[in-house]
Amino acid sequence: MSPKDGFGFSRRDFLKTAGAGSLATAVTAAGVAEAHAQAGVRALGPGDVPVTLTVNGRRIDLRIEPRVTLLDAIRNRADLTGNKRVCDRGACGACTMIVDGRTVYSCSTLAIEVQGKQIRTVDGLASANGTLHPVQQAFCDVDGLMCGFCTPGFVVSTIALLEKHPNPTPEQARKGLDGNICRCGTFVRVMEAAMAAATSSAGGVRRG
Amino acid sequence: MKAFAYVNPATEKEAVAALKIDGIAMPLGGGQDLLARMKDYIDSPDRIVNVKGLDATVTATPDGGLKIGSAVKIVDLAENAQVAALYPAVVAAAGEVGTPQIRNQGTVAGNINQRPRCWYFRNEEFVCYKKGGSRCFAVNGENQYHAIFGNDGPSHIVHPSSLAVPFVAYGARFRVVGPNGEREVPAAEYFTMPTLQNVLKENVLDDEELLTHVILPAPGNVKHGHYEVRYKQSHDWPLAFATVVLMMSAANGTTGANGTSGNTIRSARVVLGAVAPVPWRSRPAEEALAGKPLSEATAALAGEAAVSEAKPMSGNVYKVQIAKTAVKRAVMRAAGIKTV
Repeated sequence: MSPKDGFGFSRRDFLKTAGAGSLATAVTAAGVAEAHAQAGVRALGPGDVPVTLTVNGRRIDLRIEPRVTLLDAIRNRADLTGNKRVCDRGACGACTMIVDGRTVYSCSTLAIEVQGKQIRTVDGLASANGTLHPVQQAFCDVDGLMCGFCTPGFVVSTIALLEKHPNPTPEQARKGLDGNICRCGTFVRVMEAAMAAATSSAGGVRRG
Repeated sequence: MKAFAYVNPATEKEAVAALKIDGIAMPLGGGQDLLARMKDYIDSPDRIVNVKGLDATVTATPDGGLKIGSAVKIVDLAENAQVAALYPAVVAAAGEVGTPQIRNQGTVAGNINQRPRCWYFRNEEFVCYKKGGSRCFAVNGENQYHAIFGNDGPSHIVHPSSLAVPFVAYGARFRVVGPNGEREVPAAEYFTMPTLQNVLKENVLDDEELLTHVILPAPGNVKHGHYEVRYKQSHDWPLAFATVVLMMSAANGTTGANGTSGNTIRSARVVLGAVAPVPWRSRPAEEALAGKPLSEATAALAGEAAVSEAKPMSGNVYKVQIAKTAVKRAVMRAAGIKTV
């Protein structure tokens, strides 16, 4: 949650400041969820409820409705805007995150469901000093993007692919990345980036 | 989507109790179908009951079969060595579901109980039979992905589940729990052909019931084949696919005591997917296979027989050929003959 790291003052910083820190306000708000007991199991919501996420190794405490997706919670509430909201139906892959080691469509996952799990997004990949993750660097090196909007999802899927198959065959790479779509159509370069990243990281991809 | 209350039960009993409310409660597995329907206001439940905490294990049964928990992720099914050894067609189907992300998230029960992919059903503007309306828009509309079998009823959807087809072919039983206890339903009877009375659903599951396990019987001396045909190679539902399970007369490659070849098919189960409102068991194809040697010629006969009773719609005649090819190639795969 530090968009200032190396990037100066962002558009989001301005909006957040202008919004007078909705996050902090929400935590102290009196709007307690109408949690009630039924058959020994509490129903949470439909109003705001406390949700704690572990994103890129950091704990994030939120108050959100149960209907908020992981993607919207992370983008709109935690200010990690790297992963993109495109189709919002699990059909494009731009929102791909890694939850407990496996890729998921964060647009089709409720934030409340993934509490206690290790969530990794594209935002957590580069080092604090700005050094790119080998997979990010590979996408830059081979020019594996056109408009770039799908790229965060492809980068995350590539990382998961290389964690499963450190030296993937082209077939494994295609199969591993087939949950992501590039509407510009630069799939050939994406595959080149994935294979180049496997080579550059010499069989061991740094954990994001 | 409409705001909803969320319940995260730890046990079947708690989950069933949580489904009983004044209003609409729905179970949430992987959620990828349900959340999309909610975003499009096809469904607007008051309460979501997370059932990912139910049984997520695959265990051996005393009779040599397997019991698969409803919360098993599709990726774990696809990579399970026990399932691969006994029911390779299940593994083949699981490995082709959607995309890596969908397989990582989706559950067995979610795959079986997902709603139709029909674009009229999925569009809020079209109030079709399945949404309480009084017509099926596919009849006079765009029906290139709709049914070629079972078209006598009011709805012309194809059942969307890939796993349901091999489960029916292997003779699975589904364990269901509800307020009145539990019951087991043969997979073949779980899915319902649409009538004006039941068209709002695709199966016998009551609103307050949960599908908790898929129980597969010991396969016996069988050969298995599964073949899917897609428009795209990934990220799509198949146009047509087939699972064949062939009960063989004796161990492969040996000659029986009475001189019959071990390569003879004693009986067969042929189930097609994406061609009818339910996983479609083809009796003509099964009859064409029974008593025949397992060969490419037999496979071709089975394919012809499988589509002999097809009744395609205005825009999906092409699917008849695809279904025929899927059956033929599934039999060829069972025989170990190379297919495209």
